[in-house]
Amino acid sequence: MNFEFSEEQVMLRDSVARFIQDDYSFDTRKAIAHSEEGMSRDNWRTFAELGWLSIPFAEEHGGFGGGPVDIMLVMEQLGKGLVLEPYLATVLLFGGLLQKGGSAELQSEHIPKIIDGSCLGAFAYLERQSRFELADVATTAKAVDGGYRLDGEKVVVFNGANADQLIVSARTSGEQSDESGISLFLVPADAAGVEKLDYRMMDGQLVANLVFSGVEVPAANLVGQPGEGFALMQAVILEATMALGAEAVGIMEQLNAKTLEYTKTRKQFDVAIGSFQALQHRMVETFMAYEQTKSLLYRAVCAFTDEKEDAATAVHALKVMVDRAGKLVFGEAIQLHGGMGLTDELDIGHFAKRLMMINTTFGNGDYHQAQFNTLRYN
Amino acid sequence: MDTSFTPEDLAFRDEVREFLSRSYDEELQARLASGEPQVYKQAVIDWQKRLHEKGWIAPNWPVEYGGTGWDATRQFIYDSERAAAGVRDVVPFGLKMVGPVLYTFGTQEQKDRFLPAILASDEWWCQGYSEPGSGSDLASLKTRAVLDGDEYVVTGAKIWTTYAQYADWIFCLVRTSSEGKKQEGISFLLIDMKSPGVKVNPIVSIDNHHSLNEVEFNEVRVPVANRIGEQDKGWTYAKALLAHERTSIAGVADTKRGLAQIRDFAAQEINGGRSLLSDPMFQARMSDIEIELMALEFTELRVLAAVASGGAPGAESSLLKIKGTELQQAVQSLTMEVAAYYQGVLPNELTAEQLGHEFGSKARQSYMYGRAATIYGGSNEVQKNIIAKAVLGL
Repeated sequence: MNFEFSEEQVMLRDSVARFIQDDYSFDTRKAIAHSEEGMSRDNWRTFAELGWLSIPFAEEHGGFGGGPVDIMLVMEQLGKGLVLEPYLATVLLFGGLLQKGGSAELQSEHIPKIIDGSCLGAFAYLERQSRFELADVATTAKAVDGGYRLDGEKVVVFNGANADQLIVSARTSGEQSDESGISLFLVPADAAGVEKLDYRMMDGQLVANLVFSGVEVPAANLVGQPGEGFALMQAVILEATMALGAEAVGIMEQLNAKTLEYTKTRKQFDVAIGSFQALQHRMVETFMAYEQTKSLLYRAVCAFTDEKEDAATAVHALKVMVDRAGKLVFGEAIQLHGGMGLTDELDIGHFAKRLMMINTTFGNGDYHQAQFNTLRYN
Repeated sequence: MDTSFTPEDLAFRDEVREFLSRSYDEELQARLASGEPQVYKQAVIDWQKRLHEKGWIAPNWPVEYGGTGWDATRQFIYDSERAAAGVRDVVPFGLKMVGPVLYTFGTQEQKDRFLPAILASDEWWCQGYSEPGSGSDLASLKTRAVLDGDEYVVTGAKIWTTYAQYADWIFCLVRTSSEGKKQEGISFLLIDMKSPGVKVNPIVSIDNHHSLNEVEFNEVRVPVANRIGEQDKGWTYAKALLAHERTSIAGVADTKRGLAQIRDFAAQEINGGRSLLSDPMFQARMSDIEIELMALEFTELRVLAAVASGGAPGAESSLLKIKGTELQQAVQSLTMEVAAYYQGVLPNELTAEQLGHEFGSKARQSYMYGRAATIYGGSNEVQKNIIAKAVLGL
């Protein structure tokens, strides 16, 4: 048993950490968030050159053949920098679906383009009514000659604004909330009948609502078997949830470190406020919350490679902890920074808002706790 | 990063299971459950002797002193299996507390004299730290030891001394100097409980049991040879011991077992025609605990792995202590909710058959005595002070 990282993994982690340190200051990030695309194409090219976009992909497509530990290390650092570039949407969701369920043709056509940075992707799965239920799919895909015709609307599509290619969940059979009958399709973002409405979220990311009106795709664009898309998207989202947990752990580490530093320098009543026991004990609570979340992250990462434990159970537990611990950590960070914690100028609030967005992505804590309970107690 | 078990680990796990199911037999369990103090004490000793014969009595000790040489994985496997089988942990005072102090700081004579009897459970130890006037502020202790030739003369009192009524020996912090900082004039003495002037006064606790005591020392003569390390340096040795103690009182594996028991109890309790376990509110209360416990299990593994690769348990053992004891109490509290009315039943009033319930009274006793966990070993508030200072640098 060990919790150490290989030399290669340490190099990967350090390379992302160096980029954040040297090229992703809070001011730089702010400028990127306010830019038209809400991301930097230059940074994306750098990610490609440094090999980060190749991590989860098989070596036959030019990938790095990395595992959950590598993803964890990258996401933790991206979290520390509040990085806006669409790593999760392009590499883990869009790329993950192709890697896990795409045909050989789709893989060899699109994965190399993800890796070299020339293709941005998105996964369009949420609908107005679906909230956290992946199986609640009203968008339809009707079989037509040689392919399918898609009709429906997807909302809050991460990276939907900039994506070149989309994977869209649509119903080929069954009732609205059935797990069976969902199919996944690769759709070029510029296909005829795709309408796009971009908007910004509180964490700075640019998302889109997408309307599909009679969009025709060839049958070769099916990702996975027809009608069996649910298990595929569930598996990919499970790994992506683990990755989001890593991002959250990186953010919590930053918030705790910044708050601790602040209480050592901020003086009131002629002493550093960190000398007050009331504040010390609160910071011990946030320290423990961070350590406990990190332990569950490790547990989830290990569960993907170790047969002792069900990965879904571990990931549900992690997401519950990210919710509870995250709220505690950012809440205390704002409180201990006092009035400054409420300003837009300080980074604290921006870390908080990313944690809030992570909390609701792929289901909030209550949703995952209910899933956990079903697996464990029913 | 790797937490998988090798085929050798799995074979080891099977060996542990087999040994525990064979050796922790029903006859022994009946004696351990006995309310008769001497029957109970002998049963504990018998069980520990079986572990000693197997060579598994001191997993945390170095091999040269009789430890097992298990790596972090095996320590984890052993403790998980032990707890899952409902097997009690060893009495900690000799094996987990004074033992490590002896092999780390003791002289060769002291090691030869005391370690074998600790391993064989031939001598029962208790801990003399707290005093009537010194709780969380341990270094303010006043029990005096005055040098007289080659003996110390010890006068004072210790309190909350678990199982002093059974003990052959007590390890004590005593004041040998009142010069300088209060931490600097403390020495670490081993005192024979049979020495003239030692008196044990029982304290009945909130669970109606007698495990706690006050121990009085009235001019008790202790050979200088029974001092660990240097005079006035006892605080250093005591601190090392406390880190070991805190690591072991996290009790993650036993809390896991407690949670598994709640699950069984709750599956049997019927409310409105449905099992309590199927109630969404109850499930949420359970998973609140289980999720924190899953995290703490890995926090403990991270500490174990760090210790196994050469580190000593440091301030992170305070985190284990705080979270571990909070979760112990959370499990005890939830067990009380499952027991409902039966939590109020006093022992020896009706049999479990007459009542139709068996765990209520025990649940209450665990719950009531369990309040001690966030107080002993340095209260959880003191642990937070330690983390604030040693980890956060405040």
